[in-house]
Amino acid sequence: MSELHQSSEAHEQSHHVIAVKTYVMIYWVLMALLLATVLASDMPLGGAHLLVAMTIALIKAILIVLFFMHVYYSAPLTWVTAVGSFLWVGLLLGFLLSDYFTRGWLHILGK
Amino acid sequence: MHTPSTTTSPESGRQLLLHHFDDLEQQHLSSNLGMWFFLVSEVMFFSGLIAAYTVYRAWSPEAFHLASRHMDKWLGFFNTWVLLTSSLTMALAVRCSQVGDRRGIVRNLFLTLVFGTAFLGVKATEYRTEINHNLFPGKHFIVPGSPEDPHAHAAEGSHEGGEGHEGAAAHASDYERLREASTVDGKLDEEKFSRNKGHFQLMFVLYFFMTGVHAFHMIAGLALVALFIVLTQIKWFSGYGQTQIEVLGLYWHFVDVVWVFLYPLLYLIE
Amino acid sequence: MSASAPARHDGPPADYLSESTVKSWLLTVDHKRIGILYLISVTTFFFVGGVIAGLMRLELMTPRGDVLGSADTYNRMFTMHGVIMIFFFLVPAIPAVLGNFLLPIMIGARDLAFPKINLMSWYVYMIGGLMGVYILLHGGIDTGWTFYTPFSSMYSNTQVVTAALAVFITGFSSILTGLNFVVTVHTMRAPGMTWFRMPLFVWSHYATALIMVLGTPVLAISVVLVGLERFFGVGVFDPKLGGDPILFQHLFWFYSHPAVYIMVLPGFAVVSEIIPCFARRPIFGYRFVAFASVAIAIFGFLVWGHHMFVSGQSMYAGAVFSILSFLVAIPSAIKVFNWTATLYKGSIKFDTPMLYALGFMGLFTIGGLTGLMLASLAIDVHVHDTYFIVAHFHYIMVGGTVMAYLGGIHFWWPKMTGRMYSDLWGKLSALLVFVGFNLTFFPQFLLGYLGMPRRYFEYRPEFQVLNVMSTAGATVLAVGMVVPVIYLLLSLRGPKNAGPNPWNATGLEWQIESPPTTHNFHEPVLVTCEPYLYSPEEAEREYAHAQHDHVA
Repeated sequence: MSELHQSSEAHEQSHHVIAVKTYVMIYWVLMALLLATVLASDMPLGGAHLLVAMTIALIKAILIVLFFMHVYYSAPLTWVTAVGSFLWVGLLLGFLLSDYFTRGWLHILGK
Repeated sequence: MHTPSTTTSPESGRQLLLHHFDDLEQQHLSSNLGMWFFLVSEVMFFSGLIAAYTVYRAWSPEAFHLASRHMDKWLGFFNTWVLLTSSLTMALAVRCSQVGDRRGIVRNLFLTLVFGTAFLGVKATEYRTEINHNLFPGKHFIVPGSPEDPHAHAAEGSHEGGEGHEGAAAHASDYERLREASTVDGKLDEEKFSRNKGHFQLMFVLYFFMTGVHAFHMIAGLALVALFIVLTQIKWFSGYGQTQIEVLGLYWHFVDVVWVFLYPLLYLIE
Repeated sequence: MSASAPARHDGPPADYLSESTVKSWLLTVDHKRIGILYLISVTTFFFVGGVIAGLMRLELMTPRGDVLGSADTYNRMFTMHGVIMIFFFLVPAIPAVLGNFLLPIMIGARDLAFPKINLMSWYVYMIGGLMGVYILLHGGIDTGWTFYTPFSSMYSNTQVVTAALAVFITGFSSILTGLNFVVTVHTMRAPGMTWFRMPLFVWSHYATALIMVLGTPVLAISVVLVGLERFFGVGVFDPKLGGDPILFQHLFWFYSHPAVYIMVLPGFAVVSEIIPCFARRPIFGYRFVAFASVAIAIFGFLVWGHHMFVSGQSMYAGAVFSILSFLVAIPSAIKVFNWTATLYKGSIKFDTPMLYALGFMGLFTIGGLTGLMLASLAIDVHVHDTYFIVAHFHYIMVGGTVMAYLGGIHFWWPKMTGRMYSDLWGKLSALLVFVGFNLTFFPQFLLGYLGMPRRYFEYRPEFQVLNVMSTAGATVLAVGMVVPVIYLLLSLRGPKNAGPNPWNATGLEWQIESPPTTHNFHEPVLVTCEPYLYSPEEAEREYAHAQHDHVA
């Protein structure tokens, strides 16, 4: 029956065995980024602190998702799932902030 | 109902097939995808909290900055390191299950268990310090330096000095600095002051809730890791438990990813 | 249910109902049995919610509050009505009953991807449901089903924490169902069952499941925050602490607007199956209907702010939400137009399921068009919190979802039980529901437009005539709801006379026995054709033949 099944190709990909060396390398990159994020928090970056911290966090998250969670070697559907969940958080935050940032714009008499 | 349609000895490394699947690929893919969609719903669960955080931080950045100074960023650093390391060992455990190294699975899962427990231990001491400083939200919450603060008169700024990384300008208490941030043209804006004080506490509400939910996920994950060590040891899994361990790994890495965002958001606000 | 012993001889395998011990039901992992478990529990909650609605309509017969005694009781009534109907009936109704039962069969699978998780979702649902019953018996809550802060978090002295927990728990049942459906559609399709050979029922349920997975957790977190705020006295919505009560509304509606599509998309699913079958024509514009489901699921997340036009939300955000809300009308209209085009030149047969489906089309259109009125900022400000809103969403929820639910039950009842029901009673009750529904809720449009606010137990005397009409309609509606229960249950006493395909329908579920066997299919399924291969020409020939016989 197995030859009838459609997704055996995706399976081949999902069982890709990643070399230990790759895992360890990713680990050291993560360590470097961790150190960078702590050091950056003490640097005089002005208003860019949040941006820098979030960029580093995002890179770390992407590395974990791509390699530790094997998305890099997975079927497109897994990519869509991973990206989609980030997108939906963005959607919530985006529309939410569109309210909060524009609340003061309209001058209401007596307020 | 879940009678396996084929019986295989665990030593052969083949996996059992549940009755409603056609083949192992399908079974593996389903479990994997199921965990992914569960993680999507977990992301959305945390996103509600992140949304609340974003709104209030944008509203009172100063209050969030002051509150964040009470969190020890080096303990947070240590914890992030521990958690990232546990993610590495978890990834290696998954790899061992793929290549059929049972002892490797147990060893790496055990290391994950150790690192995960260490994380929770550190987190617990952090909580204790914060609760001792009356920073747990609720009726015992006191803004440091405020008239109700018992430490304020006894030892001016003593526990703040203890954190070591304060500049000379930071001698003013949180209360005074919140007051300062609420002063417009030399006149105190009572409404803004009370809002700033509120947001100072709100940061702690969010801190305790977010890290608490995260810790809850850790505890659940650790329980599963411990269970999987036993199950691997007694050869309960068919094959080497590739599917199960991989799915557990996905969950564990997700918990790690959440922390990767929580760390800068809660500990590193300048 | 049938009490025959499991077949141990070499005959055909026993159907899924043949085991009848309590244990065999409570520990089942068969998607069909879980569907039946849901059918019973969901329908029970529907009648509990219905009784409460009846009491409210009784109260509203007269302008003075005289039946329920106090405004407080009335507040608890409408809250409990909303909570029960939405969280314990509408959200799980079609997906958990018909979806569970049919989705695996329709794609040629032996079960859902995670049968045990499926059973777990029912238990989780029941825990939430029992908490709902507990709340009902211990004074209820009075916040409205929306739990708006700061009333819910600071002032209400009713069972808010328990209710928040119940909603939280029930949410998980919904997430688990959604998860199961998404994975099942992706991985469990039979060979040859490509995406564009799937029945539209499956497409709609797929879209629904996506919303369940993406939206429900946000509801969970928002009710947890309300619960925490009450429990610890600290919270993120407390204005005294600088919190913003409107943030709760944002988080709440981020789920609860898409939840409207959780409720109505499965309705589309059912109607998309019924219409082609009884018009004997292939569905018009299959791909458009399929993609419209997904589009609705996605657009549904972009419009939540239209519930908050008068909440203090920024006017600019309101304008954006208003414009986006109009966009949702596009995929919805695509569906209605395509159903209509399917009917065109069809050989329409007015069997009971078809009556419900046609009712759905009409009522959903009214509900949808009034929705467009409400999406316009200016009109919404005028009719906000009036009976116009109440009438609008009842046209969607009752006129849409409940009609589709009843239509679906009538359509697949022969499949689920192997038995036909009385067609005459079926048509009669469909008619009663339609008439009763319109008599109940159309006057509420007028009342709302005239300015009668919702959620009050007293009103000005000049509104009485319309209110009495509405109450009278509710009585007819109630009869229309009770009658099907009687004749459907009575049909169980009869022999299994339905045969595999009483409606002459296409679709995999009609090619197996009624009721199906435990593993649905006896041999591997191979799908080679599109769905809805109905032939209008053949229907015409049959009709001519029947006429000929009749004359002769």
